[in-house]
Parts: sequence; C-alpha cells; structure tokens
Amino acid sequence: MFKVIDSKPLVPNIHQITVEAGEVARSIQPGQFVIVRAEDGGERIPLTGSDWDQSAGTITLVFMVIGHTTHRLSLVSSGMEIPTVVGPLGNPLEMKKYGTVLCLGGCYGIGSIYPVARSLKEQGNRIISVVEARSSHLFFREEKLKEVSDQLFFITRDGSRGLKGHVGAQLPRIIDSLDFPVDLIIINGCNFLMKRGTDISRSMNIKTLVSLNTIMIDGTGMCGVCRVTIDGKRKFACVDGPYFDGHQVDWEELGTRRQMYLREEVLPLRTSEAEERHPSVRKV
Amino acid sequence: MAEIESTPKKLNLNRNEMPKQHPLVRRHNFHEVALGYTPDLAKAEANRCLDCKKPHCVGGCPVEINIPGFIRCIKTGDFAAGIRVLKDKNCLPAVCGRVCPQEEQCESKCILEKKGGQIAIGRLERFLADWEARQEDLEKTEILSSTGKKIAIVGGGPSGLTVAGDMIKLGYQVTIFEALHEMGGVLIYGIPEFRLPKAIVRREVDYLKSLGVNMFTDFVVGKTRTIDKLLTEYDAIYIGTGAGLPWFMDIPGENLNGVYSANEYLTRMNLMKGYLFPRYKTPIKSHQRVAVVGGGNVAMDCARTALRLGAETRIIYRRSKEELPARLEEAENAEEEGIIFEYLTLPLRYIGDKNGWVKEMECLRMELGEPDASGRRKPVPIKGSETRIPVDAVICAIGNSPNPLIPTTTPGLQIGQKGNIVADEETGKTTRDKIWAGGDVVTGAATVILAMGAGRKAARSIHEYLSTQ
Repeated sequence: MFKVIDSKPLVPNIHQITVEAGEVARSIQPGQFVIVRAEDGGERIPLTGSDWDQSAGTITLVFMVIGHTTHRLSLVSSGMEIPTVVGPLGNPLEMKKYGTVLCLGGCYGIGSIYPVARSLKEQGNRIISVVEARSSHLFFREEKLKEVSDQLFFITRDGSRGLKGHVGAQLPRIIDSLDFPVDLIIINGCNFLMKRGTDISRSMNIKTLVSLNTIMIDGTGMCGVCRVTIDGKRKFACVDGPYFDGHQVDWEELGTRRQMYLREEVLPLRTSEAEERHPSVRKV
Repeated sequence: MAEIESTPKKLNLNRNEMPKQHPLVRRHNFHEVALGYTPDLAKAEANRCLDCKKPHCVGGCPVEINIPGFIRCIKTGDFAAGIRVLKDKNCLPAVCGRVCPQEEQCESKCILEKKGGQIAIGRLERFLADWEARQEDLEKTEILSSTGKKIAIVGGGPSGLTVAGDMIKLGYQVTIFEALHEMGGVLIYGIPEFRLPKAIVRREVDYLKSLGVNMFTDFVVGKTRTIDKLLTEYDAIYIGTGAGLPWFMDIPGENLNGVYSANEYLTRMNLMKGYLFPRYKTPIKSHQRVAVVGGGNVAMDCARTALRLGAETRIIYRRSKEELPARLEEAENAEEEGIIFEYLTLPLRYIGDKNGWVKEMECLRMELGEPDASGRRKPVPIKGSETRIPVDAVICAIGNSPNPLIPTTTPGLQIGQKGNIVADEETGKTTRDKIWAGGDVVTGAATVILAMGAGRKAARSIHEYLSTQ
C-alpha cells in the first residue's frame, strides 16, 4: 500500500496527489510514468511523473478527473492509502544540451512538462515554456515553471490571459517572435494539443517529441494494448516510448484507440455503489 | 521396457474419468470445468498402477516427481504421505495437476499407454493437492538451518515460485520481486479461472510465504531497481520474467479497435477480472462475434472466455485439427462448449467500420501440402478462396516474445536473436556471474511445467555455486 500525503484540486477538474513511494522517487527521471490503482479491484492507469522528492521519497501526479478511476483517485485524501504505485516505467527523455528547447504543456500536461523543463534547464538549455488552457483560471504551477524557464508564454482560448486562440495559430507567432531558433519542441498534454503542435512544427521543420498517452494495463511490455504506429511501424508506448518523434505518429489511429472504452470508463460512475455493497449481492 | 512386478494381475485399461461440469452449463459460468476425483475414484485409479520397478513416468516429468511413490500412498489411503512425496519435488501440485500437459510427459511414458490405458497421473496429483487444501493444518516442509545467503528472484510466476520453494528449503533467505500487483505471473494473469481457480494459486503462494519467502509486488526489476543494484545486496539472482510483447501477423487492420492480443484479453479478464465489470473496474466490451486466431492453449483459453461472455466464438487456425498445438483435452472441452473451429483458414486482413472498430475479417482457405521443416504438412493457400467472416472482436493468440525489461536494462547479459536471455539448458546459468534465468524469458512461450523444470535446475545450480563460496 502507498500512503497519500497530499491531495488537492489544482484547478477545476485537474487534481494533484503526492504519494509516498520511495523506490520510485529514487529512480524516476523526466518523461517516465507510473501505473496506479486507486482501489482494490481497480483498474491500472498510467500517469506521468509531475514532480518527485528523492529525500522525502515521494512522487507527485497531476491528472484530469475524467472517468471512474481518476474520480476515485481524486477522492483519496491525505493519510489514506492506494494499493498500487509502480514504476518508473517507460524510457526517460534523453537529458543533454539541445540548445533552445520549447516546452509546450496543455491541460494536465502543464504538470508533467515542469520536471522536463527543470532538468533540461539544469543541462544548460535555454527553456521557452508555453502553457495552454481554455481560460486563465485553468493555469497552475506558474511560479515553479517561471523559475526554470527563460521565457514563459500563456495561450488561452478566450484571451483572458496571454495570447488568444489555439496553439495552431499562436505557436508560430511565439517562435517567430524569438531572437533565436528553436532546436527542439517537447509537448505534453492531450492528443489534440500534441497533434496541432506537431502540425505546426513540421511546417517549421523543428524536431518535436511528444509524450503519448495510450491505454495500458501492465505497462511492462506484456499486454500490447499500448501499440501505436510510428513511421508506419508498430511500437509499444510502454517500453519503446512514451516519447516519440511527433512527426511520425499516426494521430488518427491513436485517437481512435484511446476512445476504445470511453463509454465504460464512466459507467461505474453511474452505477450505485450502495448496490455493490449490499449484502444480498453475491460476492464472486 | 520396464519390468512389471511378478504378482500376476489383470490389466485394467479403463481410465477413470474425472467428473466435469456439463458443457451446456459451464459455457455460462467461470467456475472450474473439471470437478476432480472423489477419494473412491482416486483409489480406483491408483489401483490400476502397476508400480513398475523401473518407472518410466518419472523420466517424463520435468521436475522428477516420484510418481509411483505418491500413487502407492493413494492406494493405501494415506493421502498425507502422498502429499509429502509430491511436495518433495513440486511446490505447486494443485497447479500442475491442472495445467501440465501430462499426455506429453509422464502419462506418455506410462507402460499402459501403448494399450491406451495410461494412469491418469495428473488427476491423481490434483486429487492429493485438493485433499490437502481441505485439511485444517498444513504440514510444513522441513527447512534446513540458515546459510545466511540471500537470493533475489525476479518474477513471481511458476518458475520463480519453484526456485523460491527449493531455495527456502535449503536454508537460503529468498525474496521475490513481482511487477504486477499480484503474485503468480501467468497463473494469475493468463490462465482463466475456469481452468485454474485463482484461489488455488493464492493458496500455493501463501504456503511459500508461510515458509518464509519474502515477496514484493508492484516492483519492476530493471526499472524500480536494476539487476546490478540488486547484485550489491544479494548473493545470487534468478530471472524468470516470462512473457513479453505479443506477436501480430503484420496484416492490415491489426490496430483497429476490437483487435486484442491474447495477453491483453487474458490480462483484462483474469488479473483485472474484467468479466465482473463494473464491480471490478477494468472494462471489457461485450462482443457478439469473436474470432480467435491461433490453435494453442492460449487460443483455447481466449475462445472459451469470450464464449462465456456470450459471444459466438470461433477459432481460426491455418492448419488442420491434427496439428492443433493445444492440449487435446482443452480442444475437446472447447468443442463441447460450442466453439466453432475454422481449420485451414488464414486471416488476410481486418476491415473496420467508420468509427475504427473491426467489423469483418477476410480469410483465405488452405489445403495441406508437403511436410515442412517442423514435420507437419504445410498449409498451402487455395486460390480464389477468399471469404469474409463478420466479427466485432479478434483475439490474436499466435505467441509472444520474451519480456524485454531485463534484457534492455542489464548490460553484459547475452541476449539471443529472439530477445531471449541466453542461459545454459542444464543449469540456467547466464553469461554473467551470479545471475541465472529460466522459463519463457529464456525459451520463448512454453508451458508452466517447463518453466518450473528450468527453475528446479537453476535452484540446484545456484545451491552448488553458493555452497562452494
């Protein structure tokens, strides 16, 4: 069992938990993820590490509350335990001096782009951070990101903060406004953001790495549900990824596969838990 | 030929059948199919054993169980003594009695086999193990005094559990690291409840715990801690990480929604208990028409699971019935339950609907030609025989590679062409000092008992090595 020492909503629908998982905290690197279960009998979901503290032996996870499991996870309060936190899984992002790196985070991806930016900064890279959300009240971790960024840009759909509109329109303007070329773009966030971002960077001919979120079960290279098509070849996000060259990803297939259990993910939310616990229900 | 005891005895060639759930009943539930011998049936079966002076059956057993020894105990009704004989060589008898391919191993060597009446060794083994489970007090194996040496086992599947059982008895301190949230490996995530109830696996695991084996779940060696780090704390390491990435046929449409690998389908169903969704939270779709590609035991497990969830289910196999690699018993069970077998059929592509879900598969019919390298007659396509089968799910059960996690994170370990860890067949020794390996991660997909046999040999070799240190 893994003790949750902090649990709080960051902004509407995005939640953060910090869990005691010493072994994971000591070995996790930027870009890696863990698999968690929120309850006994619960499903296994992958979440990217958003921060960690080696000496305290804790890791921090940021996630969007979207289906049953993330809902359950958001209800776990500090002091409670969750049954599984296993990892770190996947390959870390290669840490070296690239030059100027643009770190783009959207939605829950704002959480996981932070340790990436921090480590790349430590490697001597110039960090341009760009965060994107629907509206100004949906930004979080601003101070932390500011600390590790040379420049920080905001994009909101409604224009309530920073640049107004979509990444598609605003990313080229940001890149054009810089006095130096961008050597690498890293995108963490939803599929839509990653796809739009890579469309732009392809036209500008800038190498782009994306952190793919697929459905996973074991996360250790066994079940194969996380398969993605990269440059026409089958790859497995859990052991070959999660970072891939964004220009080679088959986004349409990924989008379709991610929606496989859309209906089922929310079904338990609609099922009365009273029924589950009622003594007349036969235990199997 | 083995010598038969001189007392003249009339040969009884009638194997005692084991009671089973009726096919029409069991196809609607996940309870165990076979119900096991009663004590009377077990004694009757044991009494058919000729108790050969040179028993060939023992040579057919990868873990060298004293088979006539435990059968003798059943004859006399001393079941406690029988279980002692079994456990001397096999720490998982309830598992092996159920899933070993005895017809290819011990039973195939039985002197009565030629006359078609070989002793039902597997059923007797299972009977003893189940009898023991019903007893109040478990008799514990004797454990030798502590050697003070520590062994780490990577992977809590059948081969790792065997090494643990052997080493703990010899007085070593044993720790198993398991990546999933439950011990048991393929016994938990792979083999379905109706063939191997999970309570039985848990019981065998608990027994090892009671002997003093330490177990950590949710621990991915290679990632959470590397092999080299473990080596600073342990005197020897055994790697039994089992199966890895599933194979696909590389035909169009395999990434459509509704196309599963067998690993995914079975893990969803067994480890995560998808068939009890939404009580258990891992979703599974309710499919109407399922095709399982492949003819092995895993294919049978997938098909029989899908059938139990109410789908019309068919096995798509490119060779004929004679070549089915699955155990005969499992194929027969599947057939009785109503699985449709499409022999000599090769999938060409999967066709999706506008939402990206598989709706049809195109297949080619085959005929048998000349024998190929494996000695089996090679299936040859019949020109123009393309046919389409409507499906809403396909489960690809054509095998998998060894697990990649240790090979990719452990420098200096020799890796074979298929991504397997190279290890000596007789000892399990790898190319690195203090590291042994066995089971599917060495051989590629094989059986539970072969993984256990590899564990037994490695345990012996580790003991020899550490005794001289």
